[in-house]
Amino acid sequence: MALLDVSNLKVHFHTRNGVTRAVDDVSFSLDAGETLGIVGESGSGKSVTCYSLLGLIPMPPGKIESGTALFNGEDLLNCGEKRLAQIRGDDIAVIFQDPMTCLNPYLTIGEQLIEPLTYHRNIDRKAAKERAVEMLREVGIKAPERRYDSYPHELSGGMRQRVMIAMALIAEPKLLICDEPTTALDVTIQAQILKLIRELQQRHGVAVIFVTHDLAVVSQVADRVLVMNQGKVVETGNTRQLFANPQRAYTRKLIAAIPTGSKAQPRVQDEAPLLAVEHLKTWFRDYSVGYFSARRHPEVGHIKAVDDISLHINRHEILGIVGESGSGKSTLGRAILGLAPVTGGQINYRGERIDQLGNRQRKPLRQQMQMIFQDPYASLNPRMTIFETLAEPLLVHGLATRKTVTAQVLALMDDVGLARNYIRKYPHEFSGGQRQRIAVGRAIATKPEFIVADEPVSALDVTIQAQILDLILDLVDKHNLTMMFISHDLSVVRYIADRVLVMHHGKVIEEGKTESLWTAPAEDYTRQLLAAIPRFEVDAPAHNL
Amino acid sequence: MAMTESPLDTSNIDQEQLLASAEKGTSLWADAWVRLRKNRLALVGLAILVFLTVVSILTPWIAPYGYEVQDLALGASAPSREHWFGTDIFGRDLLTRVMYGGRMSLAVGFVATGVALVIGVLWGTVAGYAGGRVDAVMMRIVDILYALPFMIFIILLMVVFGRNILLLFLAIGAVEWLTMARIVRSQVQSLRKQEFIEAAYSLGLSRWRIIHRHLIPNTLGPVIVYTTLTIPSVMLLEAFLSFLGLGVQPPASSWGLLINNGVETMEEYPWLLIFPGLALSITLFSLNFLGDGLRDALDPRASKD
Repeated sequence: MALLDVSNLKVHFHTRNGVTRAVDDVSFSLDAGETLGIVGESGSGKSVTCYSLLGLIPMPPGKIESGTALFNGEDLLNCGEKRLAQIRGDDIAVIFQDPMTCLNPYLTIGEQLIEPLTYHRNIDRKAAKERAVEMLREVGIKAPERRYDSYPHELSGGMRQRVMIAMALIAEPKLLICDEPTTALDVTIQAQILKLIRELQQRHGVAVIFVTHDLAVVSQVADRVLVMNQGKVVETGNTRQLFANPQRAYTRKLIAAIPTGSKAQPRVQDEAPLLAVEHLKTWFRDYSVGYFSARRHPEVGHIKAVDDISLHINRHEILGIVGESGSGKSTLGRAILGLAPVTGGQINYRGERIDQLGNRQRKPLRQQMQMIFQDPYASLNPRMTIFETLAEPLLVHGLATRKTVTAQVLALMDDVGLARNYIRKYPHEFSGGQRQRIAVGRAIATKPEFIVADEPVSALDVTIQAQILDLILDLVDKHNLTMMFISHDLSVVRYIADRVLVMHHGKVIEEGKTESLWTAPAEDYTRQLLAAIPRFEVDAPAHNL
Repeated sequence: MAMTESPLDTSNIDQEQLLASAEKGTSLWADAWVRLRKNRLALVGLAILVFLTVVSILTPWIAPYGYEVQDLALGASAPSREHWFGTDIFGRDLLTRVMYGGRMSLAVGFVATGVALVIGVLWGTVAGYAGGRVDAVMMRIVDILYALPFMIFIILLMVVFGRNILLLFLAIGAVEWLTMARIVRSQVQSLRKQEFIEAAYSLGLSRWRIIHRHLIPNTLGPVIVYTTLTIPSVMLLEAFLSFLGLGVQPPASSWGLLINNGVETMEEYPWLLIFPGLALSITLFSLNFLGDGLRDALDPRASKD
């Protein structure tokens, strides 16, 4: 008998604008010890499916319209809030996406770890602590006795996610639901966490539901996979066979959208560098070190976000900057645009030094150097319409008059593929991809020569990501742009960049033409980074029919 | 390139009209007005406030009696055909006094709050956006003013400059902007770390433009809520000062003063409390409805969720 048997689950959200069918007639089952991957883009209903099993969706507006979810023969949708609370955390545990926000900052790791034990199992604190320490050791945390008394902010992101896993597994659940457990993590940490989840699953025989948008990750961990789109199951089956031989157009589209391979053809470049950075340093004061000792020993008293970096970008070149979080890649981009302080070194743009310019002297430069930000939800003013957002740079730099501005904004919207009748809409009325189009439109509004793109596709779904990448490539060609493309995602960089710079701890580790760096990395760190990328693994396509 | 993102329903919007209205610069406020018009409760509130304001302005010409006219022989009389709201213990017409009181109370409420709003929002935004030393100095000034005992501050003002209605406005405004500045500053501090502010900066916008186009509109929600809370508290503050003899003195009146007097004789002559109390309550209700409506109307996201 299956451990979990969900049939005909329908969850609707009743809002003022009508009914949203978040989950529309979904059925699946799961055996003990099995891993089921649920993949889909944001809004496909993959998370709602899992959360409605546990009574974790807000009701109202959410409402479970119909269906059954038999867990060990007991209907989760119909057993009452009290019983469900017993099941949650005891028989079914959840690992959430963001390890930063899912731990209570005011309680020690230990307190939070033993909570399910003392609450569900009535185990006394001493025994619970022993079990917790053992669990911490099992998820690979060093010196667990000491870490037991740490607070969440004292741990790194990867360690926190390990703690979350320990917390989920400590009550020995039969089913573990992982909702995008590695999305917020760096690629090397992601590889470790995925390995850990697999090991623990084998050791404890837990069934796992693994929710993710990342097909490569799913192909690595799941036995079976469920592809969802707009609340419906698109198809389901054995992971490798399904991906090798997808039956539905939607699945094929998802697979096609995975950035693979390199740029079709390198662009024609001038050899003259547009931008040259020499020995750039951006140091931030480390406030845990006292003022006077920081003065006397600047080496100790500062965090070296960017430490002695030299680079150049040729005209019409796309330079990719890769690195993990905290490597200083964003700070580098910001320092070049004058958004972060420059502690030492030089930045030359078209042969002229720009790092010492004041705000006012920089204004003409700002027209030529633009930035695309990571989060399309935060980078647009929520109280300005698309028209106002796109018109502002034109008017401020005197590139348009009141009379011509509407026509120019419409031309920009055509450029970035936004329908003209959206002009009066506010950002919140758009999807993430459309917002990023607006942000791209704002960046190219002033006809800049140079653009820093800071993780422009990291917050987007994979199919949308592919669209935006193509849009950026199109625009780079059309407007002869030079670009610095910052990303933690190596496949994205490989797809878009002519040349790549690998950063680690504020320093350049390696630099080279994209393809040669991929095929023959010189440095260990680069090799590790490349090895950690989850491969999209499929069986050889079956040649039926 | 295919647009797989969810299409927005724009079929019912006339495109010409859309483009025409896009050209108007002040679309946030224009949009807000369109949305406010759909909120019936807020419109009723607005209508009542306009009515009260008009009546207050016209009071000297339309009041049935003079505010200082006494009819000692009449004494306190219940509402009647000659005196709709009744009369007070000196035989003064209560309707007249409520009308004149409204002049005072509304003026204090709007002017002092307006002063607090302008100073508070600007001060808070500049401090929050500038950060660092500028912020520290500006907020220490706020702290110092906070620490001054309010009563002593007002009494000193009165002693030095004599009793003066304008001074009263000034004194109340000078106290009320402090809280506004703190609220706005904390808002701005969280806003300025957001990417759209950084984007505005990297576009080469001037600081002033960032402040008034990007920062202030995004602080409006809490500002409006706090403003609707400030107006009644200012009116009550005026009543308190008048009660102490520092504000308005009879025979001039204000709602707060009338209510204070009414409370003393509540059991014998309840209408002396009821009518000024009603006037004040209706005003506060209208303000709250209007304030809620404005807050929703000024937030583009609030209309659809």
